Amino acid sequence: MNAPAYNFAYLDEQTKRMIRRAILKAIAIPGYQVPFASREMPMPYGWGTGGVQVTASVLGPDDVLKVIDQGSDDTTNAVSIRKFFAKTAGVRTTTHTTDATLIQTRHRIPETPLTENQILVYQVPIPEPLRFLEPRETETRRLHALADYGLMHVKLYEDIARHGHIATTYAYPVKVDGRYVMDPSPTPKFDNPKMDDCAALQLFGAGREKRIYAIPPHTRVVSLDFEDHPFEASRTPESCALCRADDTFLDEVITDDKGGRLFVCSDSDHCEKRRGAETAA
Amino acid sequence: MYVAVKGGERAIDNAHKLLAAARRGDPAVPELTLAQISEQLALAVDRVMAEGSLYDRELAALAVKQARGDLIEAIFLVRAYRTTLPRFGASEPIDTGAMQTRRRISAAFKDLPGGQVLGPTFDYTHRLLDTGLAEGGDAPAPATAPAEPTAMPRVTDLLAEDGLIETFPPGDPAAPVGDLTRAPLTFPAGRDLRLQNLARGDEGFLLALGYSTQRGYGRTHPFAGEIRLGEVEVEFMAEEVGFAVPLGRITVTECQMINQFRGSATEPPQFTRGYGLTFGHGERKAMAMALVDRALRARDLGEERKAPAQDEEFVLSHSDNVQATGFVEHLKLPHYVDFQAELGLIRRMRAEIAAGEDARKEAAE
Repeated sequence: MNAPAYNFAYLDEQTKRMIRRAILKAIAIPGYQVPFASREMPMPYGWGTGGVQVTASVLGPDDVLKVIDQGSDDTTNAVSIRKFFAKTAGVRTTTHTTDATLIQTRHRIPETPLTENQILVYQVPIPEPLRFLEPRETETRRLHALADYGLMHVKLYEDIARHGHIATTYAYPVKVDGRYVMDPSPTPKFDNPKMDDCAALQLFGAGREKRIYAIPPHTRVVSLDFEDHPFEASRTPESCALCRADDTFLDEVITDDKGGRLFVCSDSDHCEKRRGAETAA
Repeated sequence: MYVAVKGGERAIDNAHKLLAAARRGDPAVPELTLAQISEQLALAVDRVMAEGSLYDRELAALAVKQARGDLIEAIFLVRAYRTTLPRFGASEPIDTGAMQTRRRISAAFKDLPGGQVLGPTFDYTHRLLDTGLAEGGDAPAPATAPAEPTAMPRVTDLLAEDGLIETFPPGDPAAPVGDLTRAPLTFPAGRDLRLQNLARGDEGFLLALGYSTQRGYGRTHPFAGEIRLGEVEVEFMAEEVGFAVPLGRITVTECQMINQFRGSATEPPQFTRGYGLTFGHGERKAMAMALVDRALRARDLGEERKAPAQDEEFVLSHSDNVQATGFVEHLKLPHYVDFQAELGLIRRMRAEIAAGEDARKEAAE
């Protein structure tokens, strides 16, 4: 039997070059979905294969990697991906946002503002913001080419007409650099403003759908809205039971079967840091 | 609560240990060897090789063992290994006309050059559970006859000689061979990429789609022109020596469907083709593939397209079971950030409606 042997960060160098070319193109055309020859990864499609391929392609031996899922470093899939890179690339890993040079995320943007020395890699399930309005790829590509986003505006308008609100709470569509409408991945819309003028490079990888897109540092990212219904970065109006923060995105934890519940920061590193500062003071 | 507390890492390690123990099962029962899987669960190994796109019986048997018999999981294991292998190039086209056949049947002609050869098939077995098999024991020796090396031309080639079936222009040998594992699939896709996609596609998905064409959703009036199973030589053009060198022999199953004829103002009526090919012995898959290939040719043939099996984007985007299983099963991953956002909105909307009702009641009183 031929015993398998694997390269640094799993992917072979040829594949990494192909992915880096796609990333460069994505950076050159902010918000545009670049098709790339996504590989089968040793974890299932839908579990972050796009993000993992992007991370594997930009990761160097000196990088410090942080992986979060739902804002937390200790979520099972975040643990699994962190271990994957610790094993295949031998890079240093961290849970501290400020120590990381590369952060791979699923569904959240860290509460701590990112810097120009950092790259944020998003795992993306469905990269096409128009997909649930138009299932055909041939058609959505044409709509993007023509910057024809009427469908999306009508959808948002119909939400307001029906519910009094835009009924999209996550994966809330944004317009990047005044041109492409982009899916921010299923992050809560609370996180959308963090994408705008962000100092870090933001890369998005969709493995199963074979697309990469990017937001270069300090790019204008605007959440779609209407003048009379401006975008609102909503959060649960509670404060964290652990660190008492009242400006972070919260997870709701059900504590008993009698309606008891408490709220804690979804960003576990941010929460711990605040609690650490408290004890020190 | 499996994430709100620390310990995800230890939980994963322990889950893996438990899985390994569950895979082994009762240690008092002898462990399966790869040779046993390869020999006695041969069709499972064939399916894993076909949909895993890697012709290696030993690795496929290992994958079946590691996956505890879950074939889609085994296919996934093989794919994830295959993708790391370097590509040297594309082989020369295999010649199934020169196949050493173990089975060859045609439903279109009663007899034909080379004859009908039933081979190892379930087809005419009565599906009665064989309790004797539970006991084990030696299988009866197969019947033998002296080998008669007779040519076994393909049925479609015989029909093509008379111009009764559409011919395909011989492919340009210098043209690059499409490979959807190396370049993202775009639409419309060429037939080479469509066939590659179907060859890797899930047997169950293609079976259901092929079946749907038989029930009127994109009907193509198929005849099983020929199904053949056997060994073919794989050759690779070696630039250094300037000729094709044999790499080895592989087992394949080929199905050529002969479909509804059509004609136009300029062309007399002809039968059309649907093609299916799998690694190993995979008749059901090869036949389903041939039906779906033909259905997908609707646009090329100027037919009306309204059934799912004729919809290229629909079929090619959903045929891959490794992609499908990953995305369906990713719903197991935590989604509570998104759910929290939805929860917040629905609570707010319900509160607004309740407030509206209260206001109406007050106004009425």
